[in-house]
Amino acid sequence: MQIDRRKFLNILLGIGGIGGVLAIIYPVLSFLNPPKSAEPKVNSVKAGLNNDFPANSSKIIKFGRQPVILIKTEDNQLKALSASCTHLDCIVQYRQDTKQIWCACHNGTYDLNGRNISGPPPKPLEEYEVKVVKDEIVITKAG
Amino acid sequence: MKNIGSKLIAWIDERYDLTPVRNLLEHKKVPVHKHSIWYYMGGVTLFLFMIQLFTGILLLLYYRPGEDSAYESVRFIVTNVKFGWLIRNVHSWSANLLVLFAFIHMFSVFFSKAYEKPRELTWVTGFIILIFTLAFGFSGYLLPWNELAFFATKVGTDIVGVIPIIGEPLKVFLRGGEDVTGATLSRFFGIHVAVLPAIFTFFLALHLLFIQRQGMHEPEHFKNLPEEKKKYIPFFPDFALKDLLLWVVVFNVLIFLALYFPWELGNKADAFTPAPAGIRPEWYFMFMFQSLKLLPAHIIFIEGELLGILFFGVAGFVWMLIPYIKIKNKPNWKIQPLALIGIIIVSFIVVMTVLGYLL
Ligand code: HEM
Ligand code: FES
Repeated sequence: MQIDRRKFLNILLGIGGIGGVLAIIYPVLSFLNPPKSAEPKVNSVKAGLNNDFPANSSKIIKFGRQPVILIKTEDNQLKALSASCTHLDCIVQYRQDTKQIWCACHNGTYDLNGRNISGPPPKPLEEYEVKVVKDEIVITKAG
Repeated sequence: MKNIGSKLIAWIDERYDLTPVRNLLEHKKVPVHKHSIWYYMGGVTLFLFMIQLFTGILLLLYYRPGEDSAYESVRFIVTNVKFGWLIRNVHSWSANLLVLFAFIHMFSVFFSKAYEKPRELTWVTGFIILIFTLAFGFSGYLLPWNELAFFATKVGTDIVGVIPIIGEPLKVFLRGGEDVTGATLSRFFGIHVAVLPAIFTFFLALHLLFIQRQGMHEPEHFKNLPEEKKKYIPFFPDFALKDLLLWVVVFNVLIFLALYFPWELGNKADAFTPAPAGIRPEWYFMFMFQSLKLLPAHIIFIEGELLGILFFGVAGFVWMLIPYIKIKNKPNWKIQPLALIGIIIVSFIVVMTVLGYLL
């Protein structure tokens, strides 16, 4: 009887102890995990006047928190693509000499439709829609 | 003067009994042989860490973490604060020398087999210290919030994401969110100036305690000498003074580097500009970075990068446990298998580092 009682108390203490430790670990772990910042709902952004934007050049546009690269090709076509390299997250750039999109981090290249053509990038860049409304360039999320 | 000193010691001795300290100072001795020079490498590493502590605390007086203040405060340190440029240059250079000497120290211990019984735990704590040293370097690199550091951190933390299951949460934990932002900077700052110094100091104390308890390792060729042929010098004052002399030399090299090769600050990081050419990690991460770059995108059906990371993880772990792994000597081999492994590892690191800067 004595023994059983001791065992019982030990188990009770053990459970209490584990519970106590969990009650400390859980809030600490949760604290370490950053809260989701309220993603500003962005469906379209204005990217300046078409007339002011020279051919064979590019700029990076803030699409909410996402960087988007807006390119005007030599034949005045507008292209908008996600600017985050699909390899390891660097920001890509338009190369005026090669007329390609280039990532300096590990020498990855994409064509002007965002298709990965050489280097380590595993996937194409996501495309955005571009419209020109009364000479104002408007970028919207595709689909 | 001398009187006051000995009186003070007598006063302490009466109350706290200094016999153990006296024994240590009187009896500790260091073997003298043709490889004695390597005994000094750990001491140099320790000296450089003390410099890091000192200059780091000084930088803290002016450094302000934050997306809008980190870069500006470092620029303030190097342009407005008197000798701020010197303190920052010393901190950056000393960080690099520290890593270098830690590596030299580790490989000298490896090749002299000083990690063998009874010094297994000295090796393990030493390896842990090295990992924390690298973590110091990685977290400190971001603190000035310049372009180079920003993209290197983006790449370095994104790589973590390829590990299955735990990779993604770990990446979010490190970055303090989905992307590298001011939240990442806050985290790295806390890790760099609070978490790491605390943990580092604990393991360093253990490491030094083990060494004090066991004394210096004697290599095979020395142990086999007849007793009367073994030469020693007392640790105190002979070895300690030689240590000090080398510290003075290293200190002068450090100041020379800090004066003539200032650390660049570069451009402020901007999450909305393309990565500039020449993004690369610090030199001591180069060999891993370069190996990952050389791996094909897919090996059979596994992502190349994942395989690379798993490889380095497992290799590091095995390296830490080297004292517990028995490798048989081959009497008729010119170079013993273990030495061969060491040579292969060192060559791999050197070749990959050089390739990283050439390609
Ligand atoms: C307790 C010790 C330390 C403290 C309090 C400290 C503090 C700091 C602070 C405030 C900065 C930002 C200022 C600046 O960038 O110039 C910094 C930068 C840095 N720290 Fe430390 N640090 C310590 C130890 C270390 C150690 C052990 C290492 C090395 C492995 C290290 C490596 C770096 C690096 C690489 C930078 C960036 C340097 C730069 O580009 O300016 N720190 N540290
Ligand atoms: S991050 Fe773009 S190629 Fe690696």
